[in-house]
Amino acid sequence: MSDASESRSAYTVRLELVDEPGELLRALAPIADNGGNLLSIFHERGSLTPRGHIPVEVDLEATPERFETIVSALREAGVNVIRAGAERYGEELSVVLIGDLVETDLSDTLSRVEQANAAVADVALSAPAGTDEPSSARLRLATETGQRERALDTVRELADEKDLHLVEPLAGGDR
Amino acid sequence: MNIAVVGCGAVGRAVCELAGSYGHRVTAIADSTSAAVDENGLDVTTVLDRKAERGTVGSGDREHALASEYDVLVEATPTTLGDAEPGFSHAERALARDAHVVLANKGPVAERYGDLRAAERDSAGTVLFEATVGGAIPILSTIADLGSEDVTAVRGVLNGTANFVLSRMSAEGLDYEHVLAEAQDLGVAETDPTFDVEGTDAALKCVILANVLGDGDVTLDDAQVEGITRLTPSALDLASEDGRTVRLVGEVTDGEDPTVRVGPRLVPEHGTLAVTGTQNIVQLETRHAGQLNLSGRGAGGRATASAVLADIGRLP
Repeated sequence: MSDASESRSAYTVRLELVDEPGELLRALAPIADNGGNLLSIFHERGSLTPRGHIPVEVDLEATPERFETIVSALREAGVNVIRAGAERYGEELSVVLIGDLVETDLSDTLSRVEQANAAVADVALSAPAGTDEPSSARLRLATETGQRERALDTVRELADEKDLHLVEPLAGGDR
Repeated sequence: MNIAVVGCGAVGRAVCELAGSYGHRVTAIADSTSAAVDENGLDVTTVLDRKAERGTVGSGDREHALASEYDVLVEATPTTLGDAEPGFSHAERALARDAHVVLANKGPVAERYGDLRAAERDSAGTVLFEATVGGAIPILSTIADLGSEDVTAVRGVLNGTANFVLSRMSAEGLDYEHVLAEAQDLGVAETDPTFDVEGTDAALKCVILANVLGDGDVTLDDAQVEGITRLTPSALDLASEDGRTVRLVGEVTDGEDPTVRVGPRLVPEHGTLAVTGTQNIVQLETRHAGQLNLSGRGAGGRATASAVLADIGRLP
């Protein structure tokens, strides 16, 4: 077909798998079943997501319509799809959190940020020993284009809930 | 112009001292408990010497100064929140008798902008308030020249005390309490620094900007405000490792419903907004003129008085 909407694009899908036999195969089935062409699979065994799952990145080719179907089918099959799109990291933002980061469960904080469609690209922690100074963390978050404000809202809510002090980036990015 | 100056702090005193060199005559000076009035022009030096020695400017009370004949009232009493009194009533009275009003006091323009503009509409007098935002920096007059509809957003570092504390903490790795004490010793921070370090002062300036850009019904209650008191040296180090630093930034976005937010923000370490010491900076985003950066002294008696006197020069 020559219809432009039928042209194939490359997509990257990031999945989270439970560490059990057969999981990878089960996750890939909906892609092939729905007309997706697998390009590569990056199976990060050994590195775990904040929730203790194994991250897998799948590059595939499909028409936009079929890609939507694939993502729905993956989700219906119970596969955790963290992000799906042609453009994975459209925007980045950094924040600094200050407060009792350990007491308030940093890994919970990070995984809840990731649930809000933001990838935690980098975490730097500083907890000065021998002082009363609270600890602080710098998070670099990658979000899809247009999702920056949504990710920031999630961080604001978390900071508020956990009584952490949030140092935000400027609205709209660096100036 | 014959000027009545109400409020005899650093700004009020500097306005009195400099008025003569701008070709004006000070006919009344009032502080919180006393007043000096001479419709032929006061000898400013004598009055201010008396203030320094005896704590009062004259034998009259403030009412004498307010009731005297003058062309422009300079309102330089301390900023008050809520009803913005007594500053608001001082301005209202002057307008009711068709005199001009120049404000250095942020209260009336931040908290009762609509009321003030209504009083101005019923008067032959004009209200100007350049000195309330960014001290000596000509921000409001620049916005007026551009046309407020051309300005889509304003952001800036608008509190010298908070900026001094943050830039020292960042440069020296010292903690907040230490730098604040140092700032107080230097006279950069007040004995009670709450207004500055909690972000209230910067927020008032942003509220004034929002009123100028929008419909004029914004008050401090509409602003989201966070201060700098919880920042730590290690948090500033983390920002620095990433090529950034932290400044107390006020952001005003234009539109039907302008939003005002003030809080510590990550800014590029060597970027335009990362001014040091007591310096202030304002960035205007405009439709036609691109981005304009205005920086300079945001506080200090003479610097702020220069903005008051520039306003007097702009009066019709």
